[in-house]
Amino acid sequence: MSATIDYLLHLADNAVVLGQRDAEWCGHGPILEEDLALANVSLDLIGQARLLYQRAAELKGDGTTEDKLAYFRDSQEFRNYTLLELPHHGALVGYAVADRDYATTIVRNFLYSALMVHVWDALQTSADSTLAGIAAKSLKEATYHLHHSRDWLVRMGDGTDESHTRAQAAVNHLLPYTEEFWTVSPAETAAVEAGVGVDVRTLRAAWDALVNDALAEATLTRPQVRGYVPQGKVGLHSEHLGFLLAEMQSLARAHPDGCW
Amino acid sequence: MYTQSFNVPDQAGQKTVAVTPSTEDAELMARFDARIDADGRIEPQDWMPEAYRKTLVRQISQHAHSEIVGMLPEGNWISRAPSLKRKAILIAKVQDEGGHGLYLYSAAETLGTSRDQLLEGLHSGKAKYSSIFNYPTLNWADVGAIGWLVDGAAIMNQIPLCRCSYGPYSRAMVRVCKEESFHQRQGYEALLVMMKGTQAQREMVQDAVNRLWWKCLAMFGPPDADSPNSAQGMRWGIKRISNDDLRQKFVDATVPQAKVLGITLPDPDLKWNEERQHYDYGQIDWQEFWDTVEGNGPCNKERLATRVKAHNDGQWVRDAAQAYARKQQERAMKEAA
Ligand SMILES: [Fe+2]
Ligand SMILES: [Fe+2]
Ligand SMILES: [Fe+2]
Repeated sequence: MSATIDYLLHLADNAVVLGQRDAEWCGHGPILEEDLALANVSLDLIGQARLLYQRAAELKGDGTTEDKLAYFRDSQEFRNYTLLELPHHGALVGYAVADRDYATTIVRNFLYSALMVHVWDALQTSADSTLAGIAAKSLKEATYHLHHSRDWLVRMGDGTDESHTRAQAAVNHLLPYTEEFWTVSPAETAAVEAGVGVDVRTLRAAWDALVNDALAEATLTRPQVRGYVPQGKVGLHSEHLGFLLAEMQSLARAHPDGCW
Repeated sequence: MYTQSFNVPDQAGQKTVAVTPSTEDAELMARFDARIDADGRIEPQDWMPEAYRKTLVRQISQHAHSEIVGMLPEGNWISRAPSLKRKAILIAKVQDEGGHGLYLYSAAETLGTSRDQLLEGLHSGKAKYSSIFNYPTLNWADVGAIGWLVDGAAIMNQIPLCRCSYGPYSRAMVRVCKEESFHQRQGYEALLVMMKGTQAQREMVQDAVNRLWWKCLAMFGPPDADSPNSAQGMRWGIKRISNDDLRQKFVDATVPQAKVLGITLPDPDLKWNEERQHYDYGQIDWQEFWDTVEGNGPCNKERLATRVKAHNDGQWVRDAAQAYARKQQERAMKEAA
């Protein structure tokens, strides 16, 4: 049971954190159509997070709710991939300020959705039938997110000199964070053993194929990756998650007895 | 959402272009007038007087700009929405407003002005947008109060436009009004829930209404006596109901809703007039309204600069899409050759 809950929280935290990030473009997109598209992606992710938190709350059975899980856990309790909490710009410390860069947004959405189309596909046969149902719905959404981000990745890579440079910089910045996909956390191992989760390592070849194919079409190169492997999914995050959660959780925590 | 009166000139002092039938073909003009008099629709391919076209472009683009700028005050609370459900509702609402901007830019484009030209008008400060969006959103209840009052006022303004004489605009309005009514109910519901919560939550709702109420009344535009463009708009079927009549309708509809909600509308002169069968209300501060319309409200500079920055920062993305499309076309042509 607790293996399932921990695994659900990993999936839910991924969705809520990226949903929060992608919503930051609302009102600031490079063209109105992209404001709407990113809002769609964000809505899908927040919808996924709600269903996953609801299922986790139900299994916990201690009166917790989707909002208690999203708003009243601290950053070290969050189990999302570090990739998803990064701001929409290149490598800078947590309290540095920089402009949002659409290439960073697109590359991140691409790298993540290229994984999630396979994860959700596999989870359609999860032993937890609620999760299997969420996976079927989320697969459709992730497929759209993949198309959207891949189309833009190709446009940027094979667009102008500037867009190519920006897209390549974003790939170089973000690709190392994807190494976290292939490590195993205790929560994942337990969930796989219970037949609830998927062993993400078995999806690596399929992910590689999607990524290599898109990068080639975008005339971008895949950098060598070595060194530190991020560990967000075991609660060891970057400096950025604290700021993201401070903002996201501030109002709910200021009024813990409020009803919304 | 939208809007304030559509008869605010884009540039202070600039009057609407007068109709000059002498220069237009009299027969076409007569046919146009007959269609308007019969409450028919003018379509993009139809002949229309230049002044009608210009007035419509100005009105539709002011409306479109209002939708886009209007994304910012509510967008201010997306990252801090206090529950995941409210976050999703708010994102979807702000997204709807962006969608309204898109239909309206498309409607304006049918009159021969491109989206780029319209945006240039906004970014250079020449084109106006609803002044309600030049006020800050200071607490979470502003989100609900905007839905209830601002979308509510917009609906009052826009329902008559569903019958406006220009076909593409009237059709866009039908779709937009459906969504605005949904926003209005959703905003009101959010406030009802907050009023059942803690004392601090009830105070947030009252504070939001206190700040928004008078600005919403001003959204209907200057009093009829000071609205020189209204008569022409009425004649053309672009404006159907006068500013003061719409404002009165809004007040009459809102007072009972405020009672149910349990808040006080911040106007000591607000009371039922048995003789008129309407609510009387106090004096609107028109000086403040005009200051804000002219660019000197609390948030005008931030709102506009934010739109300009998004547009400029996005230039390389739009350029990339165009360059890629061109390359694809060239590749397709080479293949065909
Ligand atoms: Fe709207
Ligand atoms: Fe609206
Ligand atoms: Fe509107």
